Amino acid sequence: MPDKRLKRVDLIFSEDCIYKDVLTKALNKSKEDIIKEILDSGLRGRGGAGFPTGMKWKFTSEQTESEKYVVCNADEGEPGTFKDREILTRVPHKVFGGMAVCGKAIGAKHGYVYLRGEYRFLKADIEKALDQFHKTLKEIGSDFQIHLLMGAGAYICGEESALFESMEGHRGEPRNKPPYPTIAGFRKKPTVINNVETLVYAFMICNIGSKKFHDLGTADSRGSKVFSVSGDTPIPGIYELELGMSLETFVEEFGDGDTKAVQVGGASGFCVPRKKFKDTIIGFEGVPTGGSMMLFNSSRSMYNVLKNYVEFFEEESCGQCTPCRVGCQQLKKGIEAVKKGEKSAAYLDSLQKLADTMKITAKCGLGQSVANSFSSIVDNFKEEMIY
Amino acid sequence: MPEIKELVKQLADKHGRNRESLLPILQGIISEERYISDFAMTEVARELDMSAALVYGTATFYSFLDTEPRGKYVIRLCRTITCDMKGKKQILRTIEDLLKIEIGETTKDKKFTLLETNCLGWCHKGPAMLINDDAYTELTPEKVSEIIGDYMKNR
Ligand SMILES: Cc1cc2nc3c(=O)[nH]c(=O)nc-3n(C[C@H](O)[C@H](O)[C@H](O)COP(=O)(O)O)c2cc1C
Ligand code: SF4
Ligand code: FES
Repeated sequence: MPDKRLKRVDLIFSEDCIYKDVLTKALNKSKEDIIKEILDSGLRGRGGAGFPTGMKWKFTSEQTESEKYVVCNADEGEPGTFKDREILTRVPHKVFGGMAVCGKAIGAKHGYVYLRGEYRFLKADIEKALDQFHKTLKEIGSDFQIHLLMGAGAYICGEESALFESMEGHRGEPRNKPPYPTIAGFRKKPTVINNVETLVYAFMICNIGSKKFHDLGTADSRGSKVFSVSGDTPIPGIYELELGMSLETFVEEFGDGDTKAVQVGGASGFCVPRKKFKDTIIGFEGVPTGGSMMLFNSSRSMYNVLKNYVEFFEEESCGQCTPCRVGCQQLKKGIEAVKKGEKSAAYLDSLQKLADTMKITAKCGLGQSVANSFSSIVDNFKEEMIY
Repeated sequence: MPEIKELVKQLADKHGRNRESLLPILQGIISEERYISDFAMTEVARELDMSAALVYGTATFYSFLDTEPRGKYVIRLCRTITCDMKGKKQILRTIEDLLKIEIGETTKDKKFTLLETNCLGWCHKGPAMLINDDAYTELTPEKVSEIIGDYMKNR
């Protein structure tokens, strides 16, 4: 298995590019050239699902409707993720740059940043940066416009179709898919929705060229990624690293010497126990992550960890579909009952079946991904669930 | 009540009178009033010419659009795992002792409301909390006493 050594990268936060020049250069390219550059880079979405960004842009560009949109998903609600806040604080103009380039590629005149309500303290600074950005765009001769919308405290609004519902003034309830946003997104018009980090990488690829990005990482996970490291680590924080390292390599760098498990990808991600660190690649070929890396040492109860996650899902479920609304409640009650001894250990198997059923029957990614953390924690730390 | 009427009208003038204006208007009410009363909801419905049920349904979906009376300062303490591991419970106890309220309650002088919330995006600096829009991180019992003490005295 290809295990890259840990390599720090500095594409996102580095200030060594003359940003107006990059923007001018990119916006002077044809839409075909922009899309080709992004396709060639191998960039995949950094919001979690990992859809190839170039494909998303290409599909949307092929739609013949005159009204299209670019949406920046800055709802960052996955537990353990805080990189988008940092990116929007330090290099907002690069995010906007990625949106403008995308707008050019797909033929959109308007972009929207949907910022989670918890980050309202950033609003004034982002608005200031937007004013500056619009001035720069004008000088270049582009009339692309970016608007800022605020969320109001709902994790589910990070799910793309719920986010559109919220932008349109509704409850943030996910839609059935298909149709996908490339065909019917915001206002049911063709829309590219990308994570904050994805947009910055798209912008940087316009600067450094697709090859330099493509040379980093592995066949399935090209480039680098911003990791949010928290939990039992002496050095919590934000790190931009080349993709393709094993969890063992990661833990050598960030662990406290006593790491028993790492939750990769937040509450909706997977828990990897120590014995699997060596064989687990962080990336789309192994365990993917939107950036969240939570480390737990041997003093932590994995029952508490799981209970915290299940409570999170129970609270954040939009309640629209039964498998998720009732399923989350039952999973929580179930693990509590086993822990108290009211139910036998075998009951955990029934709960796992329930989680698996949610995976295929829930309407959106929230309900579908509860099984990830549930099964990976119960499977690997069964005794802790019982005693 | 006339103030609310006026506020809703101003917000509608600013944000428009269609469905997409609804969230910005409700957020504007929160900024001024800290909660959206039944009266405010019916006013919004009248101003935007939509049913009050739609306004209610939308407002109650979002945890930051409070529909119950709140204090002038709403404290939201992160309850998610890494903050919990870094001592959130102690912080909670400190705030409860200081303000003599429990989670979900508002002080008698209507100055503070204490709530719990999910991950705030400061996990590397837990425990973390918001007071209205402002984030406070790396809390210790001493630090949180100081911060809240300052709000009690100076605001
Ligand atoms: C419950 C749920 C929450 C999500 N939250 C976010 C989020 O906060 N930020 C984000 O970029 N993507 C989030 N996503 C993924 C989005 O639906 C979407 O895939 C993503 O914004 C696409 O951008 P990308 O291709 O650049 O990753 C979430 C998905 C689900 C199911
Ligand atoms: S899976 Fe959960 S969050 Fe998604 S639509 Fe169903 S109830 Fe809502
Ligand atoms: S866990 Fe508390 S801020 Fe993320």
